[in-house]
Formats: sequence, structure tokens, C-alpha cells
Amino acid sequence: MEWETVIGLEIHAQLNTKSKIFSSASTEFGQAPNSQACAVDLGLPGVLPVLNVEAVNKAIKFGLAVDAHINQRNIFDRKNYFYPDLPKGYQISQMDLPIVGEGIIEITLGDEIKKVGITRAHLEEDAGKSVHDMFNDFSAIDLNRAGTPLLEIVSDPDMRNAKEAVAYAKKIHALVQYIDICDGNMQEGSFRCDANVSIRPMGQEELGTRAELKNINSFKFLERAINLEVERQQDILEEGGSVVQETRLYDAVKHQTRSMRSKEEANDYRYFPDPDLLPVEITDELIASIKTDLPELPVEKKARFIAELGLNEYDADVLTSQKSLADYFETMLKGNEKNAKLCANWVMGELSASLNKNQLEIDQSPVSAQDLSQLISRIGDDTISGKIAKDVFKAMWDGEGSADSIIESKGLKQMTDTGAIEAIVDDIIANNSAQVEQFKSGNEKILGFFVGQAMKASQGKANPKLLNELLRKKLS
Amino acid sequence: MSIHTKTIAQLAQGLKDKDFSSVEITQHYLDRIKQSDLNAFITVTDELAMTQAQAADEKIATGNAGILTGIPYAHKDIFCTQGVKTSAGSKMLDNFISPYDATVSHQLNQTDLVMLGKTNMDEFAMGSSNENSFYGAVKNPWDKSKIPGGSSGGSAASVAGGLSCFATGTDTGGSIRQPASLCGITGLKPTYGRVSRYGMIAYASSLDQAGPMTKTAEDAAIVLNAMAGFDEKDSTSAEQEVPDYTANLNDSIKGLTIGLPKEFFSDGLDDEVATQIMSAVKEFEAMGATVKEVSLPNSAYAIPTYYIVAPCECSSNLSRMDGVRYGYRCENPKDLEDLYLRSRSEGFGEEVKRRIMIGAYALSAGYYDAYYLKAQKTRHLISDDFKKAFKEVDVIMGPVSPTTAFDLGSVKDPVSMYLADIYTLSANLAGLPGMSIPAGFSKKLPVGLQLIGDYWSESKLLNIAHQFQLQTDWHAQSPQEN
Repeated sequence: MEWETVIGLEIHAQLNTKSKIFSSASTEFGQAPNSQACAVDLGLPGVLPVLNVEAVNKAIKFGLAVDAHINQRNIFDRKNYFYPDLPKGYQISQMDLPIVGEGIIEITLGDEIKKVGITRAHLEEDAGKSVHDMFNDFSAIDLNRAGTPLLEIVSDPDMRNAKEAVAYAKKIHALVQYIDICDGNMQEGSFRCDANVSIRPMGQEELGTRAELKNINSFKFLERAINLEVERQQDILEEGGSVVQETRLYDAVKHQTRSMRSKEEANDYRYFPDPDLLPVEITDELIASIKTDLPELPVEKKARFIAELGLNEYDADVLTSQKSLADYFETMLKGNEKNAKLCANWVMGELSASLNKNQLEIDQSPVSAQDLSQLISRIGDDTISGKIAKDVFKAMWDGEGSADSIIESKGLKQMTDTGAIEAIVDDIIANNSAQVEQFKSGNEKILGFFVGQAMKASQGKANPKLLNELLRKKLS
Repeated sequence: MSIHTKTIAQLAQGLKDKDFSSVEITQHYLDRIKQSDLNAFITVTDELAMTQAQAADEKIATGNAGILTGIPYAHKDIFCTQGVKTSAGSKMLDNFISPYDATVSHQLNQTDLVMLGKTNMDEFAMGSSNENSFYGAVKNPWDKSKIPGGSSGGSAASVAGGLSCFATGTDTGGSIRQPASLCGITGLKPTYGRVSRYGMIAYASSLDQAGPMTKTAEDAAIVLNAMAGFDEKDSTSAEQEVPDYTANLNDSIKGLTIGLPKEFFSDGLDDEVATQIMSAVKEFEAMGATVKEVSLPNSAYAIPTYYIVAPCECSSNLSRMDGVRYGYRCENPKDLEDLYLRSRSEGFGEEVKRRIMIGAYALSAGYYDAYYLKAQKTRHLISDDFKKAFKEVDVIMGPVSPTTAFDLGSVKDPVSMYLADIYTLSANLAGLPGMSIPAGFSKKLPVGLQLIGDYWSESKLLNIAHQFQLQTDWHAQSPQEN
């Protein structure tokens, strides 16, 4: 039987506010355990939450960026359950009236553009951390993370395979960094994905029973976990069994998922509006002012790259896929607008290849955007050829200096003196009469031989355009 | 007149005139507390009190004293007090020394008051008789075989029994007004949002409100001045200007329209209580007020509504008492489940567990709409009744409690106990200010008159109460001591 996969994602983006969502404690990562937990975070008797308006503003920012409806009156609810790293015995979240309603985002899959619906996005507080492997006889609790603001972004079940799910997750990941509401750090858990996966016979309208995959902390694992789950569900259904609704944990080391709890074991969270917090009222003015301050969104940037810089769809898409990449590219463009295509090629070519090889992120690149821009300028003004530029880039990568200083010190400046090139050309023609004959009898390919010889003689510095012109002139 | 029958105003005058020092009156109260068998206090902070009294005397000597400087008071054990045990009447918090001050505690400290100790109360403020305390029942100073009312029973007994000049209380369903009524003192529950709830251990967040329990309306005005105000740490506190509550005490109440809700004078009301209430109303008429019958038809649903809303909220509010970070933890838990189960089973008393169970049930999937949502709707209807009534009258009057103080241990059935709150719950559900003032006696036990005002009308209520107290001396009576 042919099966169709249906995937929806729940993404938890940690909002990059200075203080927590309901207390004034710092949200800084990596501090000594429990050093960033105040009376409110500890859930002491008598303490009360006070909403951090910065978290609200950032949630609105996200809503506007995905063209979503902003619920101008939204409500915080209590989600009740017991766990040692949940100090109050309930999590403050949003149930019936989330801050962000339905929205939409476009993802690119090769040449195809697909729209994915956003069901909702709501604000909530993060829990603390239980540490089970630090002590022999007991578990420890670190409440530094308790009360960190999260935006939970829930997608419609619009994805049909793991690749689409990853494309969507990456799109959201890029977006939250573009609009500066989340640092996107997946290792530190600032950006977490849960995937709801189900399968159904192709053509069937009704959704199959889903499993929720948790504990996925990279895009690579997201793809693997989904594919694994799809296989598992197919095996079950094809053997005549039925999938149970459950939460499954992904184990990246063993590359398997295992059941965490089934629907029957699931908590009844006894949601109800938190009486300690008033409904959040959002004015038209606030929305308008956040809209005005919204930076250029990836989709807008991409359109501009195509229209104003003449980049093709693919290049524009890649260059806007991460904020750091787009920032790098745009820094390069300053004073180099006419070489936009060349800049794009270098970022996506040499630079990306070197970064990948060394497993570096673009903001860790040893060659800065300004320096690379200078190199592109030297190609653009014919100071060096593209081929020489690759050697210069390698030297820059190794920390030998700026493009200009390397060109200067290594004497790589292109030979543009017609007389000097002519002398080399004359010399080569005189010493290779057999090849001259071949060319004259119609073997055009032999021209390459002459170019090669001339380049060798000029140590690669001869201006290729000039050289070609002179060769053709002299040979014919 | 002895020290312990004096009002705040009288003690302040005496301190100013050097008739006595704060150290002397503080010692006087501490001695009386030591000799008392009312069980009004959970913790007596005698050392702290003497330190504060000395500091107050120094301040008085400099001539910079405020009206509350050096006045000894008793603080309900539901308010967090830094460095002092804050138990909320529960075994669960018997070992809890608060690392921070509630906003109310802080504000009272700022006025140089002397805290004598923390008063006994029904566990987590759940009860109407003060019999639900881990620290044992409190006795009514007027008759030690009777209950003092609850949940602020220790506070009421301490003021009525001359163990403190005044006390703080909290009122979720009548917990200031009912014990004030049964102990013959003045108690004020302000408008919801008037006094910060930060650091006041939550019972039912949407209903809880702190207020003063005093000998007179004038004292209540003085203390409310210190307690009221917006607090940025409490999102439900109101950004509403705080007037000087003593400023209008002496206004004439001629032309005042009093509403008597017919539902407050129904079958369950004790005849003698009804008689005392009506004679108090007559007194007001003699002072130039007119009386009108009003109807609060939905107040009939106040008890079921309250006993859904409050348990729902408390079931969640008390989840933090889990034996993990502070408070009672069972011995040798075998796993996490056992830790939760036994810590909470052993740490909470019967009534608290009952309300947690009711609340958890009412909030659970499939029941939420029928209980919690329905109760919220009814709550709106109850508020609307009052809004309608306040278009016609300035103040609503009636009894606080259907009977006077009953015998300790006599009410065993929880539902019968809940019925004791019938006249006080509506004001909490609507968020309105309410007062209890002494209005006579029935068989030597005090009867309280309830005043319910419109939102933010505390000044008006205090004015009405003060004018009544100028004409009567019920508030000036003290129980006989042997």
C-alpha cells in the first residue's frame, strides 16, 4: 500500500528577553545552578507573577512576521501537573486564547514554494532542569531556566515528509533570528522542535493516529527521527496492527525512538485562567509601532535580492536562509554592489566550502565580510584573475593578511601591459610551430595550449582577456 | 482605662504625651499574651517586638513619630515575614521561615509598628471557626467554650481579648468580617485589589483580600492607610489612588440610603441576631438615614459558587507545597510519587485536603464547563445584582453571620460549616468592600452588623461605621476577665 505522511511541528523558541517572563531574575545561560532563581521562580508561598512586557512585544513581532492574527485580548492559564523542576506545581501557559492566532509561512523545496499554516503561537514559562547523573543517591534540580519565556509555535499538519518538516523548521529558525526574538541556539535548548507524525493510506482524508516525537535538538535529528517514526508506523500498520497515540523520545545515540507515555497515562492538566494575572490587552497603537520597527523579513530580502541585485531565485533563497549569512553577504555588498553576483558566488562557493570543511559557522569565519569584499573588488577591477583570487583567499583564510597586502607581497597583480604579454605570446608562437600549424588547420582547441603556456610563463598573472585577444590576433 | 483597651489613636496620644513608652505597652501586651489561654498566637516574637519598641521610643523622642509608631499589633500568620516562621496554620509550613517580607508586612514595618507575633488561623485560611488549625482551636474571649470565627480567628481573639491593639486579617469568603462579628470588633475587607496580595499565602487568588481588624472604625481607617496601595509585584492590585481614610470619618450621614437585601433576612437567620441588626438600622434612621429593601436574587447561589471557585483556585495554589523545596517532607520517601503522596497527605489537614479534592475534581476534563465555567457565570450575575442595587442605595446592611459564636466542636458536618458564610461570600465574589461592626449582644455574645459598599467606597464605609460608633458603645465593650 502507498502511504502518505502527515507532519505538524511544535517549536519552542526561547525569547531573548533579559529577565524572565514573570520575574525579574536574569535569563543568562550557563550560570551556577540556582543562582538565577528568585523567590518567584522558586515558587515560595505568597509570591505572584508579573508579566514581562518584552515577552509580549516579541510574541507580537513573531505574529506580524508570519502575517498572523494577533489576539488583542489573550489569557494566561495554569497547566497543572507535579514535577520537581516545576516549582509551583503548574506551568503558566496559554490555552484557549493564545497571543498569536492563525498565520502562514512559505518554505522553499528546490524550485517549489509551499505554504505552511501556523495554527497558533502562545507564551509560556519554561520549567527548570532535573539533573539525574550528577549524584549517586539523588537527583538535583536547577531552577535557573524556570520562568524563561518561551513562544510555542504550532504548525498546521501541512508537511508531507521529513524534508519539508526540516525546511519549515529551518525557516522558523531563521525568522526568529531575523526579527531578534530568539538566539536560535539549539545546543543550549533555545530552539526545540517536537514533531507530530502520522501516516494514512494515500488518498484518505482522515488523519491517522499520531505520535509526538520529543527530545530532538538538531535539524539532522529531526529528519532522522521523522523517517524512523514513519517506518515504525508503516511496519505496524502493514502487519495489521494499530498505532497508539503516545509521546516518544528520540535517542540520537541509539538512533531509535522509545515510548515515554501513552494517551491513557497522560495528565489531565486541569487548565484554568490564572487568577494572579489579568487578561493581556494589546492596543492597536502597540501593534502599529511594533510593525513599524519590524526589520526586513527574509521573504522581503529575497525579493529585493532578485529585483535589485539581479540574483536568481536559488541564490537569493540560499543567501537569505540564515540571518548571519544574509548579514555577511550584505556587508560584502557595501561598495561592491555592481559585483553582487560575484559576491554571491564567492559566499556560496569558496567561503561556504571552507566553512563546511572546517565545521565553522559563518560568524566564526576567519575571513571577514569586509576582507572578502576587498578581494571581490580586486577581481572586479581586473587587478587579479578569479583563479589567482582563490590562492589569495586561501592565504587570507590562513591569516596572512588582507587581499591587497597579499596581492602586493606576493606580486600577484595581473599583467595588463600589452607589450609584456605580446612578448610572451611571440616567444611561445616562435617555439611551438607544430601547434601553430594545427591551429591554422582548424584545431581551435589547441588555443588552450597556448593560453596555458602563456600563463605559465607569466606565473598566472597575464590578464586572460588580453591574452586571448593577442593570441588570436597573432595566430591568424 | 487600661492599656489594652485603648485604641490606636489613644495609645498614640499617650506615647506622644509620655504617659507610657512603647517598650512599656509592648511589655504589657507580651505579659498578657503569656498569661492568655486563648491560643490566639502561633508565634510570639517577643525579642523582635522589644527591639522594635525600643526603636520606636527613640523615634518618638526625636519627635518624628507617625500615628502607628510604637503601636503593638498582631499579624495574621498568612503574611510572609522575613526571618519569622510563617505557617498559615499548617503542619505543611511548620518549619517555614520566610526569606522575604510580604508587601503588607513591609508597609507595616515602614510605619514603625511593633509586631507582637503571628496569629492563629484556620489552615491556609480555610474555615469559619478557627478549628482547622494545626496549632489547635482558638477560644472566643467572650466565652471560652465558643469558637472565635475564622479564618482570622486568632487575630479577632487577640484584639477582643486585649492581646494586641489591633491585628491584620485576610478575607476570602468572610474571614475578616465573620470573626470580627463573633468577637465584637471592627473588621474591614477592602475592595479586591486595594491591598497587595504579594507575600500573602494564597488561598483563592481571585477572592483573597487583606484588611485591618481593630477596636474602632477610626483605627481601621488608620491601619488601612498603611496597608492600601498599588503594588507592582501584584498584577491584580489596582492603580487606584489611596485617599486618607481618616479624612471623611466625621462627615454627616444624613440622607444616607441604606439597602436591606431581603435575602439576608431569610429563614436561617437567628431571631435575636435579626433583632439586633434591625435595632442598629433603626439607630441609623435616627441619624437621618433612610432604609430601602433591595434584592440580591443571585446571592442564593453564593455558597455553591464560592465552594467551586475557591477550591478550584486553592487546588492549584497549594500544589507548590510538594515537599521538594521547603515545608513538610515525609520521612524516607521511596520514590517521587511516594514523596508527593505522603508529604501532602501528612502535611495537609482534613479540610484543606477536602477543598483540594473538590477543586481538582471541578477542574478536571469533562467537568470544567459544568462547574468552573458555570460558577464564573454565576459570579457575574452576583456582581450584577450589587451593581443594580448600588444604583438605588449608598450602602447595603445586614447580618455578618446567621448566628452568634457557636460551641467549639459543635459543628462537625462541613456543609453546615459552609452555611455560616452565607452573608459574607457575595462581597468576595463581587470584589466589593465589606465591614463588620459591633451592633449588640445576644445571650452575652457579640453580634456584628455588616456594611457592604460599592467598589472603592472604603472611605464611605468607614465614615458610616465611625458615625455609628459615635452614637453607640457596643464597640467599646470588653469581655470580662477572671
